[in-house]
Amino acid sequence: MLTLQCPYCGVMAEETELSAGGEAHLKRFGPGSSDADFETYMFMRENPKGVHFERWRHSNGCGKWFHAARCTVTLEVFGTYTAQTSTPPADLLDKIRAARPGFKWREFE
Amino acid sequence: MSEAISALAGANNPNGFAAVAELGLHGMITVRGDQADAGFAKAVCTVAGVEALPEVRKCVGTLEGGVAWMSPDELMVFVPYSLVVEKLEELNAALDGSHFLAVNVSDARAVFGITGPKAREVIAKLAPVDLSPEAFGVGDLRRTRLAQIAAAFWMNSEDSFRLVCFRSVAEYAYNLLAMSASAGSEVDYF
Repeated sequence: MLTLQCPYCGVMAEETELSAGGEAHLKRFGPGSSDADFETYMFMRENPKGVHFERWRHSNGCGKWFHAARCTVTLEVFGTYTAQTSTPPADLLDKIRAARPGFKWREFE
Repeated sequence: MSEAISALAGANNPNGFAAVAELGLHGMITVRGDQADAGFAKAVCTVAGVEALPEVRKCVGTLEGGVAWMSPDELMVFVPYSLVVEKLEELNAALDGSHFLAVNVSDARAVFGITGPKAREVIAKLAPVDLSPEAFGVGDLRRTRLAQIAAAFWMNSEDSFRLVCFRSVAEYAYNLLAMSASAGSEVDYF
């Protein structure tokens, strides 16, 4: 059972109270962008075995979107953070570096 | 003007180990806005007749005059059903010009009461929430999942809960609560 803490209401919400929102920190390429950029935005995903950054929504609770960092192998949760950001917070990255030396996820390592 | 009735017209089941009842019509106003704004807080408190806005995951006041925390930018204001239209106008007038949203949802929600010394067991069976007396007490509120539907509930006294859900799923909620409270199904965990 996956349990994530909602950074907005502070609830330790278990999986059935949440909705998964796919990969985090996608940069949108809309009308006017090149086909290659649009393809990358639309289809290319990390799908890592290990540390992953995701979007979640506290859908059966306060209804807010947030980000979570977890390990897809062990289900270890490194932390959750606000949706109003385009990069994971520095202290969370430090924590992940300490727990998983040499991890790499897109430009974060 | 047609006569307004609540979703289940006051259905109740006193035969379980906790009494489950649909509580009829209640005035409910969903309000969104900046809760840190003093003017917003004052206007909402005045309409509801409470002293201060509830803290995170709390409910203050009663169904006749109270405020429930719903999310970081959303509150539910309870007023008597007969006064809801004028209270909404009062709120709209008080907040005129600021960034907010207030909607009368009285007829779009159903309100239930779960009463009895083991009332917390009824809900603990249905929601993924720690309902132990240490973790959940009088005034605490949770917006969560009740089996397959979304619901919000809070403890209004030591042995009583109030629960709000969408009117469209009122029958499901009532059947669910009544079944969870059926006599002989006590877990006696708390």
